[in-house]
Amino acid sequence: MTTLPPNTSVSPAPDAETPTPRTTAMDPDEIAEPSQARAPAPARPEVAPASRPAAPTKAGLAVHLRGLRAFYGEAEQVKGVDLEFRANEVTAIIGPSGCGKSTMVRCINRMHEEIPGAHAEGQVLLDDFDIYDPSVDVVAVRRAIGMVFQKPNPFPTMSVFDNVAAGLRLTSHGRRSRSKAAQQPKVEAALRSAGLWEEVSERLHEPGAGLSGGQQQRLCIARSLAVDPEVILMDEPCSALDPIATLKIEELIDQLKTRVTIVIVTHNMQQAARVADRTAFMLDGRLVEVGPTDEIFTTPNDPRTEEYVTGKFG
Amino acid sequence: MSSERLNRYALTPARKRRDRIARGSILAATILALIPLLLIVYYLLSKGLSSWSPSFFTTDPTGNTFFKNSTIGGIESAILGTIEIVALASVLAIPIGIGVAVWLVEYGRTGWFANTVRFFVDVLTGVPSIIFGLFIYIALIIGTGSSYAGYKGSLALALLMLPVVIRSAEVVLLLVPGDLRESALALGAPRWRVIGSIVLPTALPGMVTGVLLAIARAAGETAPLLFTAGATFKTTTSLGGFMNSLPVQIYNDVTSPTTAVVDRAWGAALTLVVMILILNLIARAVSRRSRLA
Repeated sequence: MTTLPPNTSVSPAPDAETPTPRTTAMDPDEIAEPSQARAPAPARPEVAPASRPAAPTKAGLAVHLRGLRAFYGEAEQVKGVDLEFRANEVTAIIGPSGCGKSTMVRCINRMHEEIPGAHAEGQVLLDDFDIYDPSVDVVAVRRAIGMVFQKPNPFPTMSVFDNVAAGLRLTSHGRRSRSKAAQQPKVEAALRSAGLWEEVSERLHEPGAGLSGGQQQRLCIARSLAVDPEVILMDEPCSALDPIATLKIEELIDQLKTRVTIVIVTHNMQQAARVADRTAFMLDGRLVEVGPTDEIFTTPNDPRTEEYVTGKFG
Repeated sequence: MSSERLNRYALTPARKRRDRIARGSILAATILALIPLLLIVYYLLSKGLSSWSPSFFTTDPTGNTFFKNSTIGGIESAILGTIEIVALASVLAIPIGIGVAVWLVEYGRTGWFANTVRFFVDVLTGVPSIIFGLFIYIALIIGTGSSYAGYKGSLALALLMLPVVIRSAEVVLLLVPGDLRESALALGAPRWRVIGSIVLPTALPGMVTGVLLAIARAAGETAPLLFTAGATFKTTTSLGGFMNSLPVQIYNDVTSPTTAVVDRAWGAALTLVVMILILNLIARAVSRRSRLA
């Protein structure tokens, strides 16, 4: 069955669409629908949460990796990983440099295949739906599974507002939903969810690149939230930030997990301990161990995990 | 003393001398390069300004150049001809050139076809401009048995501009950081939208510069126009007929035995330089504004 995962909306809002699985083949217009239909109709600004943070509109979805292998040309970087990312939990992935953490995460929204010569094998299930199914449009996958990169990278030609609206604008089909007025409520909600609204509400039309590094990274998080994804992948989101900006991002991750599933790659084991419900340890392209974070850090089953988390190597 | 302890880190006299010589020769090279540039500007202004007058820009050349006191006319037809020919050439070359560059960077990448295209673009960049004129002459004038026409000049200039536009746009597009493309793709944007909304706007200021270089080069070319657009005295708006242009008029005027006509060539040369300068300033202003939007 080729269908996007059914909408798991928990909100009684008028947008609560019956989660009937689609059985038709996916054409691009079809795919655009779920994200648009799920959100409040953009033409009605009165549903916009004008003064309070946006209420979580839905819960995230679980992701399962089944025998995932990833290649750069002939070189196998991820060598068969089976792993579950539970819905509405934060899962941290730790491991030494070059162990395949980032590559694995990039397979989850099919960004890996954007690299010339790279491909992936195995299954990635969003809920129970294989995103590597040949009938799936890769664009739909990336709308459902957002990504935040290592370096804050707001679009340099765009204002703060346009940066957040970029996802809406770049993925919408109708002209109506591309107007600024229609985007305003979603942009504000996304900025509020990213904890950035108070800081930038007066500067919405200034260049996004003019914000500080930490603000830029939260802007990038707002940008990925605006398209209302089920899962957000974060590839070392704090490695370019100072400790205070890092703390803000970590608080944000904690708040966001009520509405999305979060996968975070990190080199910083304290960070994994602070934000993650579960932690996975990878070594040389293979999953060594996964479990509740405090168990991984205190009573790991595998001696290699213990050596790594206690700083004996890596 | 601490100064004595520092002595062993001090530069030797020989090293200091080498530094002075190197710096001096670099400065000398810079000044040497500036001399012809300043002389060009000086000669253009001193010889060209004297022939400028309101009627210089608003009258066509008359062709009466044999007698000392005959009215030789101005350069109106040449100015308008250059604008028309170069405008048509730009309309042809810029979209195609940028399209090729986008394809090379975003789709072709390092495939064999893309590399072949790159090779031929490089070859075209080095082709002397008269060859483009000859090609159009043989293909569209001898080949069709028809006569010179403004649009044929435009085609020759467009061929000349194309490799310059492609190369400069490609270089700028390669400078657009890959993570911008990735983060737009990760938002679920289709590739064509990523190119249209993220890559091209980011590259715009740089592409404007490259396009300007191409336009400036085309506007100053004589050889491709000599036997494609021809030369004429009258102002014409029809690109289908003979059309005057500044470089060709300069070429014809300079070879005239009459002093006043040679002076008109200087005036026309100064006009051409000023036109390109104005174009440059406008484009800079436009691209600066678009960056802040």
